[in-house]
Amino acid sequence: MTEETSFQQEYEIKGGDFSHGGEVSCEIKNLLKELGLNAQTVRRAAIASYEAEMNVIMYARECRVDLSVTPRKIQIVFEDKGPGIKNVKLAMNEGYSTATREMRELGFGAGMGLPNIKKNTDKFKITSKVGRGTRLEMTIMTNGHKP
Amino acid sequence: MLMTLKEVQTLLGGELLTQGLDLETPCNKVFASDMMSDVLAFMDAGSILLTGMVNSHVVRTACLADVTAIVLVQGKKPAPDVVAEAMKISVPIISTGCSMFEACSRISRSFPETIR
Repeated sequence: MTEETSFQQEYEIKGGDFSHGGEVSCEIKNLLKELGLNAQTVRRAAIASYEAEMNVIMYARECRVDLSVTPRKIQIVFEDKGPGIKNVKLAMNEGYSTATREMRELGFGAGMGLPNIKKNTDKFKITSKVGRGTRLEMTIMTNGHKP
Repeated sequence: MLMTLKEVQTLLGGELLTQGLDLETPCNKVFASDMMSDVLAFMDAGSILLTGMVNSHVVRTACLADVTAIVLVQGKKPAPDVVAEAMKISVPIISTGCSMFEACSRISRSFPETIR
């Protein structure tokens, strides 16, 4: 990639679609790998994306995902229509979870999702409106760059 | 000391469910959990994942978090489509009759320098 070039892609995720949960993030990961980004950067982006995707599957109705990549950074925006998050500060605490039994049986809902997105991104912005939906904006810098 | 997946398979008396995938890959990291959330949050890249979960999310988690191989404990076997998904992304699945505790302790005894 040269400094001028960038890459953009859109995806859709359906809430409640457990059987396909994670497929969008797998696609994103493969794409980032193909773009030649280093393994550690790709893994961070993939994990953050997967956590966000599973949150959509578990809680929201539908979600639009916008991926954009430049030589400096990867940006992934998840904008869902769903119940929203009442208390974002509380949801950011490790271990806080409102997951159902079904979600836990699949191995999710440990209350690590949002904190883990924060850990794997260089910039993370979350805005939510109860009854409307949630927007996650995550940025992962490629090697040697600062947000 | 690095162990190969083949050595882990032999140690655990395991069966390779993803026929044909390479087991000569060296590895020195092991992570054991049924919580995929914990795998995503705490596991080092390149680890062998020991788990009792057999749904497709184990394979997707393995793909996204760079798992070297999946070891299923208690003799568990996933549905054919889950094995097919693992084949597609070239992540070996080994099924062992050992319990989680037994599998972990055998690896730990044989490869004391393994990073956990």
